[in-house]
Amino acid sequence: MTDQKPALRLEGIVKTFPGVRALDGVSFAVQPGEVHALMGENGAGKSTLMKVLGGIYQPEEGRIFIDERETVMRGPLEAKANGVMFIHQELSLAEEISVAENIYLGELPRKSFGRVDWDTLYSRTDAILEKLKVSFNARTRVGDLSIANQQMVEIARALTVDARAVIFDEPTASLTDAEKSVLFDVIADLKAQGVGIIYISHRMEEIFRITDRISVLRDGAYRGTLETAKTDEDEITRMMIGRSLDLTRRQAPATPGPVALRVEGLSCGDLFQDAHFEVREGEVLGFYGLVGAGRTEIAETLFGLRKPTSGRIFLKGEEVTITSPIDAIARGISLVPESRKEQGLVLGMNCRDNITLPQVGDLTAGPFVSDGAEISIYDQYRDRLQIKSPSWRTTVGNLSGGNQQKIVIGKWLSMRPEVLIVDEPTRGIDVGSKSEIHNLLRELAKQGYAVIVISSEMPEVLHVSDRIVAMYHGRVMREFTAEEVTEDSLIQAISGIEGSAA
Amino acid sequence: MADTAMKSIGGVLARQGILVAFILFMVGFTLWNPRFIDPDNVFGVIRSSAILGVMALGVTFVVIGGNLDLSVGSMLSFSAIVVLDLHENPAFGPALAIPAMFALTLCLGAINGFLIGYLRLNSLIVTLGMLSAIHGLTLTWSGGQNMDIANQNETWFGVFGRGSALGVPIPVLIFIGLAAILGILLGKTPFGRKVYAVGGNGTAATFSGIPRARVVFITYLVSAFCVATAGLIQASRTMGAQNTVGQGLELEVLAAVILGGASLLGGSGTIFKTVIGVLILGFIQNGLLLAGLEFYVQFVVTWIIIILAVWLDIATKRGKLWSPIA
Repeated sequence: MTDQKPALRLEGIVKTFPGVRALDGVSFAVQPGEVHALMGENGAGKSTLMKVLGGIYQPEEGRIFIDERETVMRGPLEAKANGVMFIHQELSLAEEISVAENIYLGELPRKSFGRVDWDTLYSRTDAILEKLKVSFNARTRVGDLSIANQQMVEIARALTVDARAVIFDEPTASLTDAEKSVLFDVIADLKAQGVGIIYISHRMEEIFRITDRISVLRDGAYRGTLETAKTDEDEITRMMIGRSLDLTRRQAPATPGPVALRVEGLSCGDLFQDAHFEVREGEVLGFYGLVGAGRTEIAETLFGLRKPTSGRIFLKGEEVTITSPIDAIARGISLVPESRKEQGLVLGMNCRDNITLPQVGDLTAGPFVSDGAEISIYDQYRDRLQIKSPSWRTTVGNLSGGNQQKIVIGKWLSMRPEVLIVDEPTRGIDVGSKSEIHNLLRELAKQGYAVIVISSEMPEVLHVSDRIVAMYHGRVMREFTAEEVTEDSLIQAISGIEGSAA
Repeated sequence: MADTAMKSIGGVLARQGILVAFILFMVGFTLWNPRFIDPDNVFGVIRSSAILGVMALGVTFVVIGGNLDLSVGSMLSFSAIVVLDLHENPAFGPALAIPAMFALTLCLGAINGFLIGYLRLNSLIVTLGMLSAIHGLTLTWSGGQNMDIANQNETWFGVFGRGSALGVPIPVLIFIGLAAILGILLGKTPFGRKVYAVGGNGTAATFSGIPRARVVFITYLVSAFCVATAGLIQASRTMGAQNTVGQGLELEVLAAVILGGASLLGGSGTIFKTVIGVLILGFIQNGLLLAGLEFYVQFVVTWIIIILAVWLDIATKRGKLWSPIA
């Protein structure tokens, strides 16, 4: 295999963002007819690398070769023209038009006077769809298809060009087992045609089932390539996780206090089922699982944003029903949400007003908001969280990601909650702020807060949690204490591997 | 050094652009025709802007909350017709006609607020529908007839439109007083803060425990209250009204609010800026008349100016003038 010319080769790719070296000299090659897995934790640089390949980002250094010919990708169209196709995790289809129009969008076959040649369009499309063994045809409206079938449309689109490399980004996230086998057959076909395939997935079983080699990224750097047949989960996991200095495992957990929150058999439709857990004052309970495993949905249910279909919630031993965020806040639950820009902040407002927003109705002198009370709360949390902002008047949208996140945390700490839920505490922020926030979460537990941390980053969960709940497909698979947990057992639990359930 | 000076001037322009434009405009017109700055002329403009201005105060709440209110024009017709009709009704008379008209107009605002806040319907569709529906309601009420007060010398009803105190016309006093009260409501109270949050980022407001539906509902009540006040001034000034007296005002009101710099996306704007927007619009129209142009020229010029204002506003935010849809 190695004596062939690679279908796609990357050499020393460097891409930096303000404060972060997102890709630090990444090199690897995909042979024709090879399925090459690209693995790494969230934030390791996989999606940045794919955006470089797709021409969305321009690298500062490094070169891309297709069939050993150096190629510069200045935009998505150029990537396509060079035979690099993407099957994205998020679908990018126009729902109101037919499958055929979606597949050939921008290059519809024409007759005289620029009229669309519908016959050719439909027959070409049906020829491709036949290969994919799908149950719909060229004329079907995309909006009428299931998510899995929409994904098939994306794949069909990739098959229309003479692709040299096809990149699958978490393609099975929303597929059933039957649909997965069809997908794997398609991949086998592409492989037989000599196309190089990059396959991005967290799911070990799939990696072992279909890939030939595995390349691993960690912290933006290339860590090596393994032959799938000669490796095992342990080796891959070790390569993926590694450890930065500040993410040492937790030592002996603090002695927790009484139970602050207990959840029994909580379910919410298809999102999560039969969740049991409790969190005590003075401890951090970590929630770990893949995106879509139901972690965020549990948090949103506890915060009154979703209505549970069954189950019971107890706060300090007393059963409660939480029907709205107003309710949750009144009962002492705070939620630092997953997306600070969409859910956490009013970006056009200043720092002070964002922090005091949930309690502005109580910070009054007569009928008016008390400037003094607001500024003193801002000052207090600016000092406590070391928020770096020129003044309280600064518009939050102008702060760095780390400082924005501190504003959201300050906003919810200032509510003096009984239970503080933090969803993805350090997503998209620089390393320095990351460790400050980790220390803060530990500090809060020490001060007696009951803290729930939801994270997709394993080192983070291991670093801050006293106990860890592992979730897979809406179910709590297992609960670990900080002493007993290992990376392997955690990865197995969140990948739904049998036998790991408690 | 010169560079920093340029930057700080740029900063002032970006923040207070509309005020600067207003001053330049006033100076320019005055140099061209000194009568423009004559106190009689200035007071005349402010007085004739009062009705539009009072309406714009309410619409400012709606727009900052992230919605539109296109029903205010026909709602003004409704309130003027209703208050005049009830005034003539012996069972009511002026003292009861006014509160009754306010109550009915607030009901219309409540319908807007309920449909948009609690049923989460699109505000453009709802208020466009209400524009038409209220017009029909007004015609039904009046039977298509104009309303007039028969014995104009025997009622104190004219005070709101024709009276003056300390030499200042009452409509102007109402405009200034209401602007002050609503300015404080929007700028200094928890409710005002919530309006900005709901319009600025509704999802974040929900996540902060703000009852979005109620906040939106109240902004439509504020808007209806302002329309009722404006309708009272209108009816009182003319002591009579046509069914179409408010026709087209919804767009002028919106123009004033946008000129003041409120974003149609919600979350920004102030009462003070809206007042400036109202005055700019008033003075532009007045300046064009003084220039001897026919009154219908103002429709063209007004809209050119508004589009320029929106363009400059968005260009400052984007940092470039030319930005095609990509």
